[in-house]
Amino acid sequence: MRLRRPLLRSTDSEHDRFRFRLAVSLAAVLLAFGVLLARFVHLQLIQHDYFSTRAEDNRISLAPVTPNRGVIVDRNGVVLARNYSAYTLEITPSKAGDLDATIDALSKIIDIQPKDRRRFRKLLEESKTFESLPIRTKLSDEEVARFAANRYRFPGVEVQARLFRQYPLGPIASHALGYIGRINKRDLETIEASEQASNYKGADHIGKTGLEQKYEFYLHGTTGYEQVEVDAGGRAVRSLARTSPIQGSDLTLTLDSRLQEIAEKAFGERRGALVAIDPASGGILALVSMPTYDPNLFVDGIRTDDWEQLNNSPDKPMVNRALNGAYPPGSTFKPFLALAALESGKRTASQSIVDPGYFNFGGHLFRDDKKGGHGVVDMYKSIVESCDTYYYMLANDMGIDSIARFMAQLGFGARTGIDIEGESIGVLPSPEWKKQRFKRPEQQKWFAGDTVSIGIGQGYNAYTPLQLAQATATLANNGVMFRPHLVRYITDSHGQKTLIEPEPVRTIPLKAQHIETIKRAMVGVTREGTGARAFAGAEYVSGGKTGTAQVFSLKGEKYEGGKIKERLRDHALYIAFAPADKPTIALAVLVENGGFGAQSAAPIARLVLDYYLLGKTPKGAAPEDATAVEAPPPEEE
Amino acid sequence: MHDPIRMPAVFFRLRARLLEHIDMPLFLIVCALMLCGLATVYSATYDANNRAFAQLINMLCGLALMWGVAQVPPQKLMRFAVPLYVLGVVLLLLVFLLGVRVNGAQRWLSLGVVRIQPSEILKIAVPLMLAWYLHKHEATLRARHFAGAALLMLVPFALIAKQPDLGTAILVGAAGFYVIFFAGLPWKVMLGAVAAAAAAAPLLWSHLHDYQRRRILTLFDPSTDPLGAGYHIIQSTIAIGSGGVVGKGWLEGTQTHLEFIPERHTDFIFAVFSEEWGLLGNAFLLFLYTMLVARGMMIAANAPTLFSRAMAGSITLSFFTYIFVNMGMVSGILPVVGVPLPFISYGGTAVVMLCLALGILMSIQTHRMLVKK
Repeated sequence: MRLRRPLLRSTDSEHDRFRFRLAVSLAAVLLAFGVLLARFVHLQLIQHDYFSTRAEDNRISLAPVTPNRGVIVDRNGVVLARNYSAYTLEITPSKAGDLDATIDALSKIIDIQPKDRRRFRKLLEESKTFESLPIRTKLSDEEVARFAANRYRFPGVEVQARLFRQYPLGPIASHALGYIGRINKRDLETIEASEQASNYKGADHIGKTGLEQKYEFYLHGTTGYEQVEVDAGGRAVRSLARTSPIQGSDLTLTLDSRLQEIAEKAFGERRGALVAIDPASGGILALVSMPTYDPNLFVDGIRTDDWEQLNNSPDKPMVNRALNGAYPPGSTFKPFLALAALESGKRTASQSIVDPGYFNFGGHLFRDDKKGGHGVVDMYKSIVESCDTYYYMLANDMGIDSIARFMAQLGFGARTGIDIEGESIGVLPSPEWKKQRFKRPEQQKWFAGDTVSIGIGQGYNAYTPLQLAQATATLANNGVMFRPHLVRYITDSHGQKTLIEPEPVRTIPLKAQHIETIKRAMVGVTREGTGARAFAGAEYVSGGKTGTAQVFSLKGEKYEGGKIKERLRDHALYIAFAPADKPTIALAVLVENGGFGAQSAAPIARLVLDYYLLGKTPKGAAPEDATAVEAPPPEEE
Repeated sequence: MHDPIRMPAVFFRLRARLLEHIDMPLFLIVCALMLCGLATVYSATYDANNRAFAQLINMLCGLALMWGVAQVPPQKLMRFAVPLYVLGVVLLLLVFLLGVRVNGAQRWLSLGVVRIQPSEILKIAVPLMLAWYLHKHEATLRARHFAGAALLMLVPFALIAKQPDLGTAILVGAAGFYVIFFAGLPWKVMLGAVAAAAAAAPLLWSHLHDYQRRRILTLFDPSTDPLGAGYHIIQSTIAIGSGGVVGKGWLEGTQTHLEFIPERHTDFIFAVFSEEWGLLGNAFLLFLYTMLVARGMMIAANAPTLFSRAMAGSITLSFFTYIFVNMGMVSGILPVVGVPLPFISYGGTAVVMLCLALGILMSIQTHRMLVKK
């Protein structure tokens, strides 16, 4: 014990030193806690607003709600384009990690074919970032259930209920309707330029061609918004507020789908186009371009093999011949030229020529179809029998400027203004046109001989079937021309209808007597002329004109359709209006490489008129009410 | 049919015996902290997998252990110093040789059904060992003893840092350092060490790889890596800041319940608390912690022996270190190191070890009179 005493004393001084150190540490602790408190004041008092906003931004996400696309029906209410709901399996590539591994794993529980993978790859190349892309569409209930049970294994993969566009009639009227497809980068630029960008948030489809494209902003509707609370994984937890979308407007067409179908069937395997117009309004009753394609293929992104088949086919099914094919009108040009002659005073109806079977123009012989000629020919006979010589002489007498001026009034060589994008202008030949068209000076010169071939609708003449139909309708309507259109009225989501008013383009001041002369001659065609056989026994009076347009010029040889290759055969044409006294339909038919107009084009016109005026369906066609039954969603697989 | 008058006497005696070695102020502070902890763990986990009940069990086990340890006088506690230290270091070596790798770090030792994290043991074993060692040489304390103590500290520190678990290594090192500090390490030596470290830092920096430098920079400025390491800190500061003065209310924190806060029931639980209780809640929590530290220091100040003083001081400052490092990290003023918030974060091991430390504090406090006698 003695030893410990001094030690204890030293421990006391140690103890004081210890307490000093303790005090220092306590000061340090208080200082540190003070720093923390200052930090909390900074974050929670001074910067509170900033962090509140950031927390709200974290939490609340605006999710666009895509509106239902408007429906398209024909003039009788037959549905041409509609929507149905189905489940799709979608992958968001940015969240899914290794795509191939994910798809491989998915294919163990859901049937995923190599073609699905190819389509997915294609979509991936064209897609926007952060978009979710379908790998499989139209899942069965069983597949949905199987995926739901395995969902945790697949981050970034989800089953979505989506509305799909469907065209119940398949290929019928596809060139008029067009189709919708997934929005690609070029569409995005269009959307941004239209200042509709916010309305397309969350949308992944857009009209690509036809009416679907032209009326896109009506059909699309107004996008709604849902404020949702999302968690850190981006999953929606609950809905906070919702602005409902306004569904797209419905289109009611002037088109008669039944008429359309009959016209398409009438073409059979042949290529060509038909445009039928209501002359009194410009409303299009049928717009045929053969062959057609099935627009349903495009809706979810077309498969590569389907696309190649459509794109590489020599028949070019994707080309809308009615608007984009430019063909020489052949003899269907003659009634218009005759009208021009009457109006300009170059000819009277009764003035006659003697046709020796050719027109000698400065030593060059322009031959008539008929060997030995048509004999004495007046205007009536020139149309009924389609006498070429009459028109060689007429064109030569009138001169190209006068012809071009008159034909321009009828709409030849100008866009009609139809409500589908991308129609062609065609070629209304004139010296000015030639100057612009060709580069070398010797090619730019207009020769008087050029004018002679113009007279029978050959030469540089090239018009779309739509222009030809519009000119025919204008003639049928006594010179009052309407803008051709496919949409009759637009019905918005409240049921408010906006009628597309017939839009008169111009009234050509034609003498009634002259019109009467031409119409009478065209009626003559169907009774005793080139169209007589096709219209034998018709229960109505129609006017018409056949035409045959040369594709390939045969120097001095006699044309024999059967002997040359199919693709080099002449195009067959027919124009018509009916009933003759008060026309309710005017049309133009073109059959590519169809040979004589009387042979292949006129019978198609007959079928169309029979149905439209009499309700007669051709033999072998389905009964009328068949199209009214709504087809089920197409089974693709 | 007991005697109605003797009953209270028995009861009082029993209570007196039970509470004999319990330091009431410390006990009440810790109970308040544990209640805060339970409420926060509940809020952080009730959406999916509620851990509040499990945490309650952990706490009760911890309190029982605390009571048990408090009964043991400090002199007897000293006997555990060497065996516990040796056991801890051996286990660390085993981890090094055949540990289980979790999330890229080798921290766990698998013992059949349970996995243990030996570094937790060292949080107590190192200060215990150092306090015992320095106490033993109290009469003849020289520089070499401090050097020896430093070596005893550095061995486990290096083994833990190598796992790698820098957070725990720092805590273990700090606990050891506090013992040495309270045992009287001269100020000159400490200042010299700080100066040497400051001088060596640029040299060390120039020898680091680019990726290592980048990692260190991200530690100090999380905004340079907003989707990686910085994400946690950005989300937790948003949680704290958006809590405002009064907070969003219990169970109402959007950052918490929409899972923006990572590790929200463990290391980042303070963000949950702070979002739901606001600045007032934070101030209250800091007040409780200040009381805890103050009480710990009072116990240390009254402790009779070098062992008990150094132990009490080290435990108290360790508590402070956990609190400061965790809150500093979650509020974005300190780098991210994995340190739980005492008595609030979920976790059985942490609670048990904290309670063990509390038990030691209480033992020191309640046995000092006996020593003096």
